[in-house]
Amino acid sequence: MHEVDMTRALIVTLSDWLASQSETPQVSKVHLVVGEFTCVEPVSLQFAFEVQTRGTFLEGATLEIQETPLIAFCHRCQQEYRPEIGIQYACPDCRSPMEDICSGRELKIDRVEYAGKEEEAGTGGAGARDSV
Amino acid sequence: MHQTINTAVGINLLHANQEGADHNRAHFDAWGITCLNLMSSPGAGKTALLEKTLEALSPSLKIAVIEGDMTTELDADRLRRYGVPVIAINTGRSCHLDSKMVAGGIHRLEHEHDPSTFDLVLVENVGNLVCPAEFEVGEHAKVALLSVTEGEDKPLKYPIMFREANCLLITKTDLVPYLDVDLQQLEANVRQINPRVTIIPVSARTGMGLEAWFAWVQATVAASPAALTPVAE
Repeated sequence: MHEVDMTRALIVTLSDWLASQSETPQVSKVHLVVGEFTCVEPVSLQFAFEVQTRGTFLEGATLEIQETPLIAFCHRCQQEYRPEIGIQYACPDCRSPMEDICSGRELKIDRVEYAGKEEEAGTGGAGARDSV
Repeated sequence: MHQTINTAVGINLLHANQEGADHNRAHFDAWGITCLNLMSSPGAGKTALLEKTLEALSPSLKIAVIEGDMTTELDADRLRRYGVPVIAINTGRSCHLDSKMVAGGIHRLEHEHDPSTFDLVLVENVGNLVCPAEFEVGEHAKVALLSVTEGEDKPLKYPIMFREANCLLITKTDLVPYLDVDLQQLEANVRQINPRVTIIPVSARTGMGLEAWFAWVQATVAASPAALTPVAE
């Protein structure tokens, strides 16, 4: 299962990024953009992320995956089209091969969420606790 | 209530691997080495192709092999018979080589030999049609192998590797008379994913097509930016 390696890559990349930041907050959510035309299966990635982040700086963080479709651009027809993965990649109108890919190859850590410091927190915390 | 802060990261998931790959390539360039990454499913004939390649090209090119295998050194032992350095990397449970593993191989090459005397490093990746395509190791070109027994539909089903390949070798072509495989359809399937790929049908067993493959390797070594780097005196 290569999602294990993808998750390891994610942890290393995010760890490097955090080290370059001025403060190292506790990350609560990681937003990923995963293209349809990559080797990554989002369901497997979710599972691997949950297991592999235990005991790391990402423990307890959740993973939000936004998938992007495979979209190619046909130069001959001067238009975008959606190749059918596993079946047909050439342009459905003129049969030109898939040259340029506009979307679908993304494997990007888009952004992270973390809780702000106590003093930055808004008012009404006690009230919220009471209502639970 | 804590205020949630959102910070843009915008870094590729494989950023750390990519940095390692660029670092490896910088080493290769400094030594005047061209690096090829060979990828295929298990049993497509990577090791047999390497045997023939070492036999034919090692008299004229100084070659080293970095051999990725999940558990054994069987393939590495096969290749050592050709008198070239073979650095075996057991990837353990990982189903592909990554740039860090190959960096380990490069350091061994540097430790045991003078790397600036080498022309070509052939990386034999772990047999797998999926993951190796996403993990660059520092190669100058990617070579994919697809054996005729795998069927003409594989490029459609596992498109990434075929999309990324600079050269595709269709292997075991001596078996075509015994199969229902449609080679024209196979080539067409590859071309609709990757119109620029060089396709060379070969048989390591009969030698058919190997001259074209050797010529491609020699041309790639000659054209590589690494080959233009003057060797430091």
